[in-house]
Amino acid sequence: METFLQQLINGLTLGSLYALIAVGYTVVYGIVQLINFAHGEVFMIGAFGALATYLLLFQGQTALWILPIMIIGAMVAAVGTAVAMERVAYRPLRNAPRLAPLITAIGISVFLQEFIRLFFDKIPGTNFPSAKAKIPFPQIDVVTGKAFSPLAGVQIQRAAVFTIAMMALSALGLWYFINKTKTGRGMQAVSQDPDTARLMGINVDRIIVAAFAVGAALAGIAGVAQGLQITNINFKMGFIAGLKAFTAAVLGGIGNIQGAVIGGLVLGMAEAMITQYTGMLPDPFGQFGGSSWKDVWAFALLIIVLVFRPQGLLGAKVVDRA
Amino acid sequence: MSDMLEVKDLEVSYGKIKAVKGISFTVGQGEVVSLIGTNGAGKTTTLRTISGLLRPTKGSITFKGQRIDQTPAHEIVTLGLAHSPEGRRIFPQMTVEENLLLGAFTRSDGEIGKDLQAAYDLFPILGERSKQPAGTFSGGEQQMLAMGRAMMSRPQLLMLDEPSMGLSPLMMKRIMSTIKTLQEQGTTILLVEQNAQAALRLANHGYVLEVGKIVLTGTGRELLTSDEVRKAYLGED
Repeated sequence: METFLQQLINGLTLGSLYALIAVGYTVVYGIVQLINFAHGEVFMIGAFGALATYLLLFQGQTALWILPIMIIGAMVAAVGTAVAMERVAYRPLRNAPRLAPLITAIGISVFLQEFIRLFFDKIPGTNFPSAKAKIPFPQIDVVTGKAFSPLAGVQIQRAAVFTIAMMALSALGLWYFINKTKTGRGMQAVSQDPDTARLMGINVDRIIVAAFAVGAALAGIAGVAQGLQITNINFKMGFIAGLKAFTAAVLGGIGNIQGAVIGGLVLGMAEAMITQYTGMLPDPFGQFGGSSWKDVWAFALLIIVLVFRPQGLLGAKVVDRA
Repeated sequence: MSDMLEVKDLEVSYGKIKAVKGISFTVGQGEVVSLIGTNGAGKTTTLRTISGLLRPTKGSITFKGQRIDQTPAHEIVTLGLAHSPEGRRIFPQMTVEENLLLGAFTRSDGEIGKDLQAAYDLFPILGERSKQPAGTFSGGEQQMLAMGRAMMSRPQLLMLDEPSMGLSPLMMKRIMSTIKTLQEQGTTILLVEQNAQAALRLANHGYVLEVGKIVLTGTGRELLTSDEVRKAYLGED
């Protein structure tokens, strides 16, 4: 029972992280039918943005009030990156065949990883450590440190509570943004019918930028959450996280915001549970099960969903009713 | 009457295919002008070019004395030109009210609520079902919604693309009489129709389009009684 509860919490934490990133894939897809494969790097740059903010302003401090400022730093870095890539790389390809922006996305992804790896320590006016190796992520009072243990055998990391809480807050904020703000309503309109949205006076270019920015803001938050959990960050961290979050978005129904959140939680939960319980199966070769197989389960789940329910759990609706 | 809209030598192409081959016409303030013609004559293409969804390859479009043929669609709306597109194109997953409010997207004045009420007065059924998803509506109701939505931007010129398409004769009458009402309230109207008879009855001026060219023009009454129109469009011989 303790094991189950423990995996429930692990799954929820992991799922919250996936969900925060998955929203970015799904919102952009809902508006421009583009899978932005560089979104994982936006998440990574969010983490580096938070780290840079900390190193520049608060080095050596651990007070909790620093955290919101780090989150803002992460969001600025992530949103800046996403908006720039839309403007420079995707907008000129708006009417190109679909393959062109897809290949471009992979190119941007490699570019951003290499940029951070080679140049993070060479940013003028700073003395950041080199990103060629892992960089320790700042430890902040209250959200890092000794885990809670509500029950014997169950550990809840403080960073996990932070991740789940940020996920819940972001989901609420996103719901409000999509349904209650003018830009959010404009996004719904563009995702349902771009031409008619233009006839309503909606500036589609601006809506597309907003979609990239919203996704990036949540990815930035996820970057901070990941840094706090794993306690270090590196230039490659966006690759597998991005791939998993993309899986989550497809699982929930690509283009459907609610679906991305649910897909993230389901994927995180499935990964935790399957990893735990397949270890109990008979294993004649001694190779099977355990955490090294967790990616296998995640992508196996993706394949199963694509075969049996290609529209995703909630259906690939347009961005509507977040 | 001064010209509100002037289209001059307009040419529009889809790749190598010319859909509109140099047409010119004007819409005077307060008029109803009808463009009639069969499928593929270039009527919808003309409207989509005026509202900025398509770019002309040649010619000019002038609205209230201002060239608009290179202006983005979302800015043209703010100049006072609304376009209710072919096939109504309401947002099916949104409620009636949300659809209408999107029509007022460019406005930030305090009278949006008042205009919402005006739309409900014009079409009471919309008011009764304001919270229902628009996708559940019948064709006629969707047409009312599309027209109401276009009016929400407070246009001086309203362009309607085939408002009678697929409607019952009764509903069609209702829509046509609403167009008359809107004209009386001061809105200038550019009407595109396959239903030549209904469109010409309302029209101060009419233009007949055939494969991208204007082949006939006159007042609504002249065209209704012209032999060519009677033969080609009204099914008489």
